Amino acid sequence: MTASRREFLQRTAAAAAAVGLASAARPTAAEAAPGLTFQGDDSHKALALRAIDAAKTAGADYADARISSARSQNLGTRERRVTNIGDNETFGFGVRVLVGGAWGFAASSNLTADEVVRVARLAVAQAKANRAAMVRPVELAPIGPPVPNGVWRSPARIDPFTVAIEDKVAYLLEANAAAMAAGARFVNSNMFFLKDEKTFASTVGTVTQQTIFRAQPGMTITMVSPDNRDFQTRQSTDIQPRGLGYEHVLDSNLKAHAARWAEEARQKLSAKPVEVGRYDLILHPTHLWLTIHEAIAHPTELDRAYGFEANYAGTSFLAPPEEKLGKFRYGPDFMNVLADRSAPGSLSACGWDDEGVAPEDFYIVKDGMFVDYQTTREQAMWLDWWYKQQKMPTRSHGCSYAQTWADVQFQRMPNVNLMAGEQDLVWEDLIAATENGIAIIGDGSFSIDQQRYNAQFGGQLFYEVKNGKITGMLKDVAYQIRTPEFWNAMDMVGGKRSYELGGAFGDGKGQPAQSNAVSHGCPPTRHKQVNVINTGRTA
Amino acid sequence: MTPLKSLAQGVPAGAILTRDQAQAIAERVVKMSKADAINVTLGTNYNTNVRFADNQMSTAGSVVDAGVAVQSSFGPKHAVVTTNDLSEASLRRCVEQSEVLARLAPDDPEAMPELDPQQYARVDAYFDSTAAVDAATRAQAALTALAPARKAGDIKTAGFLIAGAGCNAIANQKGLFAYHRSTSVNYTLTVRTTDGTGSGWAGADHPDWRQIDFEKVSARAIDKARRSMKPVAIEPGRYTVIFEPQAVGDLAQLVAFYADARQADEGRSPFSKQGGGNKVGEKIVDSRVTMYSDPSDPQLLAQPFDGEGMPIARQVWVENGELKQLQYSRFWAKKQGKAPTGGTTSLKMTGGSATMEEMIRSTERGILVTRLWYLREVDPRTILYTGLTRDGTFLIEQGRISRAISNLRFNESPLFMLNNLEMLGPSERLAGTEAGGSVAMPAIKVRDFNFTSLSEAV
Repeated sequence: MTASRREFLQRTAAAAAAVGLASAARPTAAEAAPGLTFQGDDSHKALALRAIDAAKTAGADYADARISSARSQNLGTRERRVTNIGDNETFGFGVRVLVGGAWGFAASSNLTADEVVRVARLAVAQAKANRAAMVRPVELAPIGPPVPNGVWRSPARIDPFTVAIEDKVAYLLEANAAAMAAGARFVNSNMFFLKDEKTFASTVGTVTQQTIFRAQPGMTITMVSPDNRDFQTRQSTDIQPRGLGYEHVLDSNLKAHAARWAEEARQKLSAKPVEVGRYDLILHPTHLWLTIHEAIAHPTELDRAYGFEANYAGTSFLAPPEEKLGKFRYGPDFMNVLADRSAPGSLSACGWDDEGVAPEDFYIVKDGMFVDYQTTREQAMWLDWWYKQQKMPTRSHGCSYAQTWADVQFQRMPNVNLMAGEQDLVWEDLIAATENGIAIIGDGSFSIDQQRYNAQFGGQLFYEVKNGKITGMLKDVAYQIRTPEFWNAMDMVGGKRSYELGGAFGDGKGQPAQSNAVSHGCPPTRHKQVNVINTGRTA
Repeated sequence: MTPLKSLAQGVPAGAILTRDQAQAIAERVVKMSKADAINVTLGTNYNTNVRFADNQMSTAGSVVDAGVAVQSSFGPKHAVVTTNDLSEASLRRCVEQSEVLARLAPDDPEAMPELDPQQYARVDAYFDSTAAVDAATRAQAALTALAPARKAGDIKTAGFLIAGAGCNAIANQKGLFAYHRSTSVNYTLTVRTTDGTGSGWAGADHPDWRQIDFEKVSARAIDKARRSMKPVAIEPGRYTVIFEPQAVGDLAQLVAFYADARQADEGRSPFSKQGGGNKVGEKIVDSRVTMYSDPSDPQLLAQPFDGEGMPIARQVWVENGELKQLQYSRFWAKKQGKAPTGGTTSLKMTGGSATMEEMIRSTERGILVTRLWYLREVDPRTILYTGLTRDGTFLIEQGRISRAISNLRFNESPLFMLNNLEMLGPSERLAGTEAGGSVAMPAIKVRDFNFTSLSEAV
């Protein structure tokens, strides 16, 4: 075991106590913001540099190394008992190289001075083997000036790993008790935390160290009818995951919501089954984020458009790019979709992506027209013609991400957001303006085809809207859409005041499959005459 | 050892712990324990992959990793800590941290004592043929798709080949020790026609490299792609459908996922009985349906113990259409006076003798489905799922495949589907269900399968 390894083990316990409160500010300059320090191991920097040097010596034209020590924690409860308490830790490094235009990657959990060299050479050997089957060499888009000492940290105020287990357990069991006092038959609640300390170095000369936090508290309340003929659940979709620390759990206050969620689950048992037909849908941000994820964020991934995900996640209806960019109308003039990795507390936020690019906010849909894809350095070059035409620099949008040190980084979605409208409208205004509709709160079932045309979504709560008023609860509702029609049928959008962030941890793509965490901000929207089906059947 | 040599040799020497090595580490960890009880799960793995798309290699990689999970218990208090570092200091820290967390945990009234030593069936799932595969052999395998595609000019291939080896061991303070090692190969291929109207898929999976017929997978996906070109749209509705085994797997696997006894007894499962209790003993699907788990089945070759170290033998869930058994955890079994079943590591639906040709020939009007995609729960009360067809959907008219059709979205339950069974083919091992795992399923023909909308996705 190396010195750095020993230090890491000693530090993990110590680091937990040392973090405390930190500035919530995000560095805007490429260099470290004052007051922000990397919590991980400084010796990682030297090892990352050693890895890329070894790769260069072995013949790499470009190399990057990522060292990560990630700690996560799961707590689960049901009713009055704790079902699991688990701490997980994964530590290792990955080296990616480009040799003569072909990629190679290798990774190991054994971070020693010898192993980084062995693995770097192995990655070069992989690339050389791949070169034999290469048709088109990889070219990387230009990158800004190197950042030799970048530091970034999620704006977490309380490191979750400094909070006592007893406090976390008490928080969950109190929330369960509140739900049961309100009549819940079953209740599950949980917390998940991640702290990932990532060191990155590339042959460009950039070296960054980032500390990423994620937090998600959640609960599911189940009501069963007295005769066992029916059961209904309410998930805590009012609470969304964040790139924050334990303060997100405290702010979420599950206990304060539990009785209402239990009551809503009870109401679902006696809700009226929906009548099949076309309705105007009013979609709450706690629901709409998932529709945006599936029907805007995924089809605008450039690797999908080129067929690189054909064997797993699928391709895209937005292809080929030369027929879609600047030509495809996604929605009405007031539809704007902005991608970012900067929103404070969002899941995709970072200082630099996993190939050392400082991400910038960029429009995917501008005034209703499709104008750009999500890109990495390799992919930005594929759109060189478009950026030249637009008089924009050909550069990566900073969408490179790997779920762990053991996975090769590739294009993953940033936060993809539907922007608020100019009018100061809120949820209630959209309902008041609707004659015959269904209002949907919270995300539920979701499924979409491999080119992102045909989708079906459920939800948590469905309300019948008649003449501007909610007239009762519905159940067994799902809506089916064809993506282009659905967004072009959007006729109302909430204002800034009604904009909220939703999101998820488990966004899958790639082979081997990798999971991404991403937020989607949006206001409530209204969509005219959407096809609604009834999903209720009897076993 | 030079890196190139280690690459060429397949699994690096020492990457996979032997039984003795795993037992030695596990025993060391158990000795470190100051808790009333300790359960240690540990393993190491190596895998290497090549990925290609647009008729060329895109990425390749190899990863060496390890994992250990330590559960410490003080009376009814318990907690788990995991790490991927098997060094002495890390293991010690893992034990200590799990003890710290366990002491802080509240009493778990459902905590069960550690198991006594158990006897396990031996499943030989480790094949030297797989462990020895080198970079050149993997590249050759990929070329079985890339070469014909480049030569033909009318198709684009995207594929993924992953091969590896791993071991998993469980031990506790009572002397229980379980060990299993395995190799794996999974190859999947999607072929799309360059006019954008056709797409075909094929795959193969087996622990033994020699059992994968790469040429056959490639030929099959290419043929499907070309035959699925220029599909026509048909009206959604209820159809007679012939599902290839891959598509059956996605739906039939769900039955096992909902087979938890406790959920059923609590009234929140498709297997809950009105008025209380569960549906064990009731007929739930067509009497030709039998589904079981069996790690020793030559088509499955799965780990013969579950995450707690419970031995897993052949366990029949559905027999001749009757719900025979639900999954009982040790706690729920004790409470209900039943035998615990252990978790499942494999699933097989026994097949029949009908050939695909016979199924097609006997169909006046129906649909042939290659595979399904994006299956998601719509209603847990009936296992109603939605999802879509993908990569080869065909219309059958008057006993023959007449044309390619557009993909369709379904809203359907495997329980309804398996009640409407008409014919079964022989069971085969699957390569690409969404849930994964060691799964073997037959092709089936069913009536009245519910398609609710059209998708123009190719």
